[in-house]
Amino acid sequence: MAHSSVATPQEYNYEIIRKFSIMALVWGLLGMSAGLYAALQLAYPFLNFDIPEITFGRLRPVHTTLVIFGFGGSALFATSYYVLQRTCQTRLYSDTLASITFWGWQSVIFLGAISYMLGYTQSKEYAEFEWPLDIAITVVWVCYFWLYTQTLRRRSQPHIYVANWFYLAFILATAILHIFNNIAIPVGLFSMKSYSAYSGVQDAMVQWWYGHNAVGFFLTAAFLGMMYYFVPKQAGRPVYSYRLSIVHFWSLSFLYMWVGAHHLHWTALPDWTSTLAATFSIMLLLPSWGGMINGIMTLSGAWHKLRTDPIMLFLIAALSFYGMSTFEGPLMSLKSVNALSHYTDWTIGHVHSGALGWVALISFGSFYHMIPRLYDTRLYSTRLVYVHFFLATIGILLYITAMWVSGIGQGLMLRAFDDFGNLAYTFMETVTFMHVPYVVRAIGGAFFLSGVIIMAYNIFMTIRQAKAEQAATEAKIAAKMARA
Amino acid sequence: MIKHEQIETNAGLLIALTMIVISIGGLVEIVPLFFIEDTIEKVEGVRPYTPLELRGRDIYQREGCYLCHSQMIRPFRDEMLRYGHYSLAAESQYDHPFQWGSKRTGPDLGRVGGKYSNEWHVAHLLGPRDVVPGSIMPNYPWLLENDLPYSDIQDRLRALRTAGVPYSANQEEYEANVERFGEEVAGQLDILNAEENLVGQALNGNYDGNRGRITEMDAIVAYLQVLGTMVDFGQYDQGYFVEFR
Repeated sequence: MAHSSVATPQEYNYEIIRKFSIMALVWGLLGMSAGLYAALQLAYPFLNFDIPEITFGRLRPVHTTLVIFGFGGSALFATSYYVLQRTCQTRLYSDTLASITFWGWQSVIFLGAISYMLGYTQSKEYAEFEWPLDIAITVVWVCYFWLYTQTLRRRSQPHIYVANWFYLAFILATAILHIFNNIAIPVGLFSMKSYSAYSGVQDAMVQWWYGHNAVGFFLTAAFLGMMYYFVPKQAGRPVYSYRLSIVHFWSLSFLYMWVGAHHLHWTALPDWTSTLAATFSIMLLLPSWGGMINGIMTLSGAWHKLRTDPIMLFLIAALSFYGMSTFEGPLMSLKSVNALSHYTDWTIGHVHSGALGWVALISFGSFYHMIPRLYDTRLYSTRLVYVHFFLATIGILLYITAMWVSGIGQGLMLRAFDDFGNLAYTFMETVTFMHVPYVVRAIGGAFFLSGVIIMAYNIFMTIRQAKAEQAATEAKIAAKMARA
Repeated sequence: MIKHEQIETNAGLLIALTMIVISIGGLVEIVPLFFIEDTIEKVEGVRPYTPLELRGRDIYQREGCYLCHSQMIRPFRDEMLRYGHYSLAAESQYDHPFQWGSKRTGPDLGRVGGKYSNEWHVAHLLGPRDVVPGSIMPNYPWLLENDLPYSDIQDRLRALRTAGVPYSANQEEYEANVERFGEEVAGQLDILNAEENLVGQALNGNYDGNRGRITEMDAIVAYLQVLGTMVDFGQYDQGYFVEFR
């Protein structure tokens, strides 16, 4: 299986990685803008403007799809192709397959967003794509899997590096989840509408098995793959513990698949299922923190880098947010806590401490490391990376604090009784109460988005600089040739 | 005992073991739900949606109502006082997909049926702040402007029939429905009469207050008015449903 020839950077397929990286930033900007606008609609409902395509109910899936699958997905394609080629020291098995994954994935995201605005949705959260797009995703995913494993087979190293285990688990799990959650009966061959094959309680269980593992494998395992490559690379040190990464990988993969039903505590789902899910959610704390420790301790002996290297700040802050939200998650999966937190903004805050704090920050750090290498140049501005870091961190803190206030506040108000045993508040009073946190949340989102705009500018200038450098080198060579 | 080195130098083995490890949780938690009988409570009155209600439900999904409104009342005192009896699995057994929701930016709608008049719903959907000051729900004026498309209603019922909902496609199935739901309901579930049934219910019910036209408003109000009304909880002892949890 192992080849004797070792590929050099010039022989890697970097073009596909550049494309995916740029699209990740484009979708990030669009998706976060949609999120900010949706947040503003909740604070100021006149912003719905009576336009069907942009009302909150249709815009929210646009936001989640663009950030999770557009931004997150493209970032994963980009980094997985980078990590795969670098750690296997071989070129991607097929440029055509790589292109198919690129154009296929981008079209699905684009068409998905348009279709939600037009009202086509399966109404299953994070799986809103209607059936034709679901089939397209499946095709792209099979290409991705084939490309990944065939490249892996051509590796020039006997060992498969740990980052690839996580990327592989992500590819496999996403395939299973996507297929089983989206089984539906189309109304007709030429109709965009379909009905889920499952109903009621079973549909709810399948959906949240999917929903939580979209978090577990798409937004966690895959980004851990990113972590296992880029943190050691940027730190210039090996992964803290090889043994811990083995334990981390297998326990995380096993435990995550059990926890989805904690989204259905106290519902009509039988108690045995949700109790089982809560139990596994608590256990999941261990591998989560094991992974966090493995990442952060990789820096041991090189802590000074936090003072001088803003990319390291992104990576370590991401791991800290990962630790925070994987502690908060098990806490919220306890039935007694969930009775308060479920249906409230606490959940929204929790998701964003993971999505903004972990997923986005680890992606930004990895991109700042990777993109200059893709273009064989240096970052245009390190100072702007610092600015981005602080805008992002302030944004996240404002966001999650506002959601704690709004979520816990609403939860407490809804269960409050007066001295005579009557409900103390109407539902409407809780909505009024949430206005201020909603404004603060939007401000937090604006901070975060402005950081991404600065990043996009920095990356744009980096690429421009690379092109200028290349042109200058070529001119020099040409001049030399002319003299000779 | 195999060494981990064997796994991480063999892509096929790594993939196979990963597949096993990630499959177990789902298998253990999901598969039994299709086979354990007590998963869905034994209760009378729950029936599939009429064609008009179903179109209303489609519009409910289209507008993303589930993103702010749950349809799953939990067994807590405050929820019982606010919304009514906690929701049963049986009540959503014909919901493809389920609409339990995950967030209450607005109140639960699991038992909103019959609580407000049709006129209130129309006014509220056109301008929520006209009837509920301070509401942050968007206006939905187009529901009253758009005629309800229903030319593919039979296809919709057929798709749901394939998914297991007892809409009848032949005499035999119709008779089974008569036995199960009574003649009136069975008539509504007959696929061949779907268009007639839809038009009839919309004109008789006049949900949108506009007798001449069948609008999307007719459908969504018809849907909202049936939510949570199918089970007569007076028939059952207080402790009856606990056995199924």
